[in-house]
Amino acid sequence: MDDLLSEFLTETNEGLTTLDMELVKLEQNPNDTELLSSIFRLMHTIKGTCGFLGLPRLESVAHSGENIMGKFRDGELEVSEKGVSLILECLDKIREILGVLEATEEEPEGDDSDLIARLNAHADGMDAGAAPAAAAPAPVEAEPAMGAAVEEEEEELDELERAFRDAPGPEEFAAMQAAEAAAQEEAAAPVEAAPAPAPAPVAEAPKPKAEAAKPKEPAKAAAPETSVANQSIRVNVDLLENLMTMVSELVLTRNQLLQILRTQKESEFAAPLQRLNHVVSELQEGVMKTRMQPIGNAWAKLPRIVRDLAHELDKKIDLVMKGADTELDRQVLELIKDPLTHMVRNSADHGLEMPADRLAAGKSENGQVLLNAYHEGGHIIILIQDDGRGLNTDKIKSKCIENGLATEAELETMNDQQIHQFVFKAGFSTAAQVTSVSGRGVGMDVVRTNIEKIGGTVELNSVEGKGTTFTIKIPLTLAIVSALIVESGRERFAIPQLSVVELVRASDNSEHVIERINDTPVLRLRNRLLPLVNLKSLLKLSTQEEDEQDKLRNDNFIVVAQVGTYNFGIIVDRVFDTEEIVVKPVAPILRDIQLFSGNTILGDGAVVMILDPNGIAASTGEIAVTDGDIGSLADRHLAKDEERVAMLVFKGGDEAPKSVPLALVARLEEVDMQKVEHSGGQYLVQYRGQLMPLVPMEENTVLPKEGHKPVLVFSDRNRSMGLVVDEIVDIVEDRMNVEIGAGKPGFIGSAIIAEKATDVLDTTYYLTQAFPDWFVAEGAADGSSGGRSRILIVDDSPFFRNLLTPLLTAGGYEVKAVDSVKAALQLCEDGKMFDVIVSDIEMPDVNGFEFAEMLQQNDRWKNIPMVALSSFASAADLDRGREVGFKDYVAKTDRDALLSTLNDTLAELKGAAA
Amino acid sequence: MSETYKATEDFVTFYIAGQLFGVPVLTVQDILNAQQITPIPLAPVEIAGSLNLRGRIVTAIDVRKRLGLPDREEEHSMSIVVEHENDLYSLMVDSVGEVLAVDSSSFERNPPTLDQRFRDYSVGIYRLDGTLLVVLDVNRFLDYGKRIEVA
Repeated sequence: MDDLLSEFLTETNEGLTTLDMELVKLEQNPNDTELLSSIFRLMHTIKGTCGFLGLPRLESVAHSGENIMGKFRDGELEVSEKGVSLILECLDKIREILGVLEATEEEPEGDDSDLIARLNAHADGMDAGAAPAAAAPAPVEAEPAMGAAVEEEEEELDELERAFRDAPGPEEFAAMQAAEAAAQEEAAAPVEAAPAPAPAPVAEAPKPKAEAAKPKEPAKAAAPETSVANQSIRVNVDLLENLMTMVSELVLTRNQLLQILRTQKESEFAAPLQRLNHVVSELQEGVMKTRMQPIGNAWAKLPRIVRDLAHELDKKIDLVMKGADTELDRQVLELIKDPLTHMVRNSADHGLEMPADRLAAGKSENGQVLLNAYHEGGHIIILIQDDGRGLNTDKIKSKCIENGLATEAELETMNDQQIHQFVFKAGFSTAAQVTSVSGRGVGMDVVRTNIEKIGGTVELNSVEGKGTTFTIKIPLTLAIVSALIVESGRERFAIPQLSVVELVRASDNSEHVIERINDTPVLRLRNRLLPLVNLKSLLKLSTQEEDEQDKLRNDNFIVVAQVGTYNFGIIVDRVFDTEEIVVKPVAPILRDIQLFSGNTILGDGAVVMILDPNGIAASTGEIAVTDGDIGSLADRHLAKDEERVAMLVFKGGDEAPKSVPLALVARLEEVDMQKVEHSGGQYLVQYRGQLMPLVPMEENTVLPKEGHKPVLVFSDRNRSMGLVVDEIVDIVEDRMNVEIGAGKPGFIGSAIIAEKATDVLDTTYYLTQAFPDWFVAEGAADGSSGGRSRILIVDDSPFFRNLLTPLLTAGGYEVKAVDSVKAALQLCEDGKMFDVIVSDIEMPDVNGFEFAEMLQQNDRWKNIPMVALSSFASAADLDRGREVGFKDYVAKTDRDALLSTLNDTLAELKGAAA
Repeated sequence: MSETYKATEDFVTFYIAGQLFGVPVLTVQDILNAQQITPIPLAPVEIAGSLNLRGRIVTAIDVRKRLGLPDREEEHSMSIVVEHENDLYSLMVDSVGEVLAVDSSSFERNPPTLDQRFRDYSVGIYRLDGTLLVVLDVNRFLDYGKRIEVA
């Protein structure tokens, strides 16, 4: 393409973008004369250059727009929304023509007379006789107002341009530059250097005038613009990219040299290398800077978009942009542009309410969308915040169910935050109506994917009624990343620092120990179980034997990595330091190995592979990468309302496998038998600053005096007890289906768990062994129903829910346990039926009495008999309970009474039915 | 390329399991002695690893393994570095011979009875004095993406 033309295109496009912004500003401050002048100048430059390059169609459109601007500026026409809309339309037309021009290098054929006519009509609205859409610019009469001098000047410059246009060919380029410069800046010095003798004096003339006629302010504003323009040059992006690559290589070489230097105690190279080090660092920084652009560039289009949106939707929207000068890498900027635009649209469209709704909600009529960018520890944080209605959790829920993204049961177990994450799912859109703006259901998932592609994260925080905040965290640059170098199987690997949360050393002497569940390593980290992957076996770097040896090794390094909301640990052999690395793509042959995201050359010249935590997460089992938590929850639920329960399988006492619901176990510990004391007929051990009773599996067993024993710790409130077992076998998720009643004390019965008959522990039995008064002190119990009779248990204590569910299941009931009255009523609404409701009395929010009263009013559940559970069964309680409709009253601690009460109640029910 | 051979053609020759191979001299970037190679886990067996050649990462491919031949007995190997679609590959061979100018008229197509893998990766055969030179088709040899169509 012609150099001249391509330069024209770049410049005009830039000009148009600026115009978009300035016009929106103008609409808000119609009296800002400086803004007016600046817009007029830009418009004029575009028109002038079009004429110069012989693009009549563009010129005539631009001219008509300029006409209106001229009148705005001169105060002949009031700045109105309609006027601005028209000018914006005019800019769009120009853009459209430019698009074709760029593709074909020809101005497209077409008729703009309609637009021009409308533009002119608007211009004539007040002052007829504006120039027709001719090639020649028609300067408007100057007035002795503010803009007068500028206007005059423009007029002269037009003449100047004409003079140039007539000038001979060879000077064309210089002439254009001169004309441009002249048009752009009020008083352009370069004009003096122009080849044609005639214009020089003309150009000089406006200078003093401008200064004389104009007040100081605008003149000052113009000055820095001039100097900036003179000090910057245009450089091809490819050139910069190339430079960046070279500097990256230089950095690597420098690293190599420094590494060599480190091994040599005294070297004459030390000083010059040190200097080289500094220079290279500065060079790297400098070149990085050339690629840095203020994030405001990505935002430039947003004011216009928001303005148009506000129009279309009849909303009042203020777009506030903070930190627009925060700089980030050009490449990152390009990639973040579209997601950002989409999110702002979303906030404006879905997030903000209609003005009337806002007023009704006690908010100001104008909704606000706030964009805020700032640096934080090598990252850029971008906030997109609206003060709108926030996410509607219920709506999302119903949408999820509608789209089959999750079942009701799953959603029930999630908190609001988790439910909100569904907006990032493909095919999700909560907007009831699909507007032209958003709500097409392609959006947030793409946004998230795009952001994650560049190693960023996006978080969502929403308060219903208050608004929604998206927080995007992205790396400053993609070219050089900081990576943690680790060793596994004698090979080194790099893990991008961005995904590394922390490093944990697990050894016998440390706080953390790797535990194994059926050979799967896990780590307890701050009260959560962290799944672990062994890098060596994942990469098949070890033989079976080595694996066995590794298992015995008790000094491990664990890199805790985060992918989305999923945290996991990577077991490595060694951890070196972090290094700045240049990410290079791997050869195509290796691209389908999903565990690597690239390779790089380290300081010592060795090539290492860069691990991709995403790939590792994806390859370790059925982990849905983006929604680990939710995915695993989904697995827990079967289509039939039967709940799966995670059971801890262990051995103790006799050989038969035993199990206990995992939820009941607070912790697993290894207890050193030497530290166990025997006192008052009980075994005790110091545990977390308290004495904890230890109970053996079988009564009267004498615990060994030496060695370590695994202990299941049960706690509730402030008390703990330990059950000493022989071996922890596995954790199995299975349906809790106790089939055979207990033949021996301490067991509820037997269940088939992982296809093996397993004794299910009766925790009550052991708990009362440790603390005879355990349940008396407790406040809540959980009930479940069975005998294929359905029982609903309402109890806020997870401990009792978990305790009663297996107990009642063993009693032959089908049990559903919920944690609150609210959840129970939800079930009622969902059309579930139960034979008996067992409800706790002491519950937060709504207590058992209130619940019973509510059900009296409920048509559907009115006739379901209710049994109250409480630890405080006074006579008054009993009376009150009967009054509100409880059939019976059972003390929480009395299992037998509960079972017999249930039996009686159900028998009565059946009798009544028969 | 086979159709347009000039009167003589220059080949960098190398030996694999006693067989003389050649690649056009202009496709060769470098000849390397044994290098420090970083193995790549999970990669296909013939990928020996990657190495650093003056700041560029080169993928090393064991030609013997790619051709389905037994491992070489001696430790020592040499490599020929070629460029394929902007990536560098180092072909690990038993030994690298001299550069030979061969007469185009001695070119023959692959005998149809040749082993499938040899046929896949060979452009054709030159009849030399006392030996045959198999011309390795570097593009097909390194083209992992596309399945080789069996003619």
